[in-house]
Amino acid sequence: MPEAIKLYKTDQPVLMQGNEACGWGALAAGCRFFAGYPITPSTEIAELLARNLPRVGGHFIQMEDEIASIAAIIGASVAGAKSMTATSGPGYSLMQENIGYAYMAEVPCVIVNVQRGGPSTGLPTKVSQADTMQAKWGTHGDYYPIVLAPSSVKECFDMTVKAFNMAEIYRVPVTLLTDEVLGHMREIVTLPEPSAVNVSNRARPVDPPEWYKPFEITPDYRSPMASFGEGYRFHLTGLTHDESGFPTAKPGEIKAKLDKLKLKIMRHREQITEIRSDLMEDAHIMVFAYGSTARAARQAIRIARKKRFKVGMVQPLTIWPFPDDKIAPFLEQVDTVVVPELNQGQLIGEIERLSRRQVKVVPLQRYDGELITPAQIVDVIKEEHA
Amino acid sequence: MEQSSNITHKYLRAKKKFPNVWCPGCGIGIAMGAMIRAIDGLGLQKDDVAVVSGIGCTARIPVYLDFNTLHTTHGRPLAFATGVKLANPKLKVIVVSGDGDLLAIGGNHFIHAARRNMDITCILVNNYIYGMTGGQYSPTTPLTKLASTAPYGMIEQSFDPVELAKASGASFVARGTVYHASQLSRLMSQAIARPGFSLVEVISNCHTQYGRMNREGSAVKMIMWQKEHAVPATVASKMTPEQLSGKFVVGVLHDVQRPGYVDEYKKIIDRFRAADEEKLGEVVTSG
Repeated sequence: MPEAIKLYKTDQPVLMQGNEACGWGALAAGCRFFAGYPITPSTEIAELLARNLPRVGGHFIQMEDEIASIAAIIGASVAGAKSMTATSGPGYSLMQENIGYAYMAEVPCVIVNVQRGGPSTGLPTKVSQADTMQAKWGTHGDYYPIVLAPSSVKECFDMTVKAFNMAEIYRVPVTLLTDEVLGHMREIVTLPEPSAVNVSNRARPVDPPEWYKPFEITPDYRSPMASFGEGYRFHLTGLTHDESGFPTAKPGEIKAKLDKLKLKIMRHREQITEIRSDLMEDAHIMVFAYGSTARAARQAIRIARKKRFKVGMVQPLTIWPFPDDKIAPFLEQVDTVVVPELNQGQLIGEIERLSRRQVKVVPLQRYDGELITPAQIVDVIKEEHA
Repeated sequence: MEQSSNITHKYLRAKKKFPNVWCPGCGIGIAMGAMIRAIDGLGLQKDDVAVVSGIGCTARIPVYLDFNTLHTTHGRPLAFATGVKLANPKLKVIVVSGDGDLLAIGGNHFIHAARRNMDITCILVNNYIYGMTGGQYSPTTPLTKLASTAPYGMIEQSFDPVELAKASGASFVARGTVYHASQLSRLMSQAIARPGFSLVEVISNCHTQYGRMNREGSAVKMIMWQKEHAVPATVASKMTPEQLSGKFVVGVLHDVQRPGYVDEYKKIIDRFRAADEEKLGEVVTSG
């Protein structure tokens, strides 16, 4: 019956916010549990799901803080529900402890971080991209995150669906990194029917319970996941554990576990990562931009092309794992890369690493709560072209 | 009647390596045994029980048990358990936790799980100290008692977990001891059978840390102390505060019937199921 419910308008273009698109994307992907705590500028996601989750038989709950929110979505996922939370910088910081738990216990879930200025309380209503490295290194220990960065309202929908799919396929927490502008900006979009959305579900065990190893090291390092209540009665812990899920102190088993966490992501980097390139065929200058900054970059290269500058852009939709193999060929081709970012220089480090000092890497950083404008990018292109 | 040890073995993970992590004489094993007998007595299927814990000595209980078990982060088991329960309401969700885990780092989650009357049974093994990390004071360490971080005596007021749970909105609250193991099992059984949030505080002994530092003697001596100082609720109601001074009350201490969170939320879901879907869909989509 829930499938018969018309979730959102699909027959016509609709004006909506990025945060709304994110909420509808979650429902289309099969999200049936959301736990969250109010925080600007993410709250519209929670509000939409509070209204709509009971319509599809799911649960919404407002927890006492962000620590509890991420804990609850992990618990719900263990019991079989696709689950999500949404927050901004301060809440994302609080969640780091249990995000680490989800890496270790290999529990799929989705965390939306609608970025605002930091550090600390920072700029609650202003845009930023300063959580880019936190999304990679936020919690302690070694682990390999999947982090997606949309740049439009439609991409907010699509990337939320992808975040769920990646979480389910690789049994990891996935962060969707949007920002205040994307979250609150309205665009006209036509959303697909939920039945037309490509949805992946976690692999279920085929072995009988007595043979089941919840963390079995398979050839592709991914292990099927049973849900609580299905007869498998397995154990999950944040302690380093063996393939059966029980704590271990054996060096061989410890290394095998950490290798598994790494290789299940890094061996599938090709399938996980996604980039978009524009006007790169003959470009000598490349603008490398993600999230809301990519919008300004797209406009900037069009303006610059009119002035006959040979410039194009590459936008990573997956920022972690960094799409090395997809970006490297462009670095062979260009002389200069311009990296606009709404922070003091975070993802630029990856471009510097990949370019091995063979390409000039030019920063364009803004961290005053305002967007980088197309004109600012054009100015840098002009300077580099001269 | 089936031998108690036979019942216990039915619910232990045979493949998990024993002996366990607890010190010889620790009360946690008795609390675990009481919990197993309560579950067995209620006739619950192993597949329908989820046991969730945080960090600490008590939090190691789940690894030995043949249920759906989730050993989580320090202080957070009630928040994890909330997600487990809502995603699969047919599961009986039991949180096992210590005084440090549940009342210090997890204090906020504790009062809010009780307030929203979440359908979880919380078993709090109170040994007045952080055992695993080496005897630091906890929110239940009594005034003047010694701990490795209270070398001159405890000067902070302690929590009474029973009063805290009652004030926060729990629907069933009881207290037992590891000395009164049969009663403890009965209290746990009542708690697990109830909808809403239930708490069973288990007075236990940490002779290794608390007992050693406060010269309270061996495990046996500390457990005998429980026998000598526990007053049944029925008797306590006829005693004066002076007579009760230095003692603690055991039994069912709070019992109110009110619907649990799961049932309240289900009413919302059912409202949508019953209503004209198309019509509701339009209303909500535009909102």
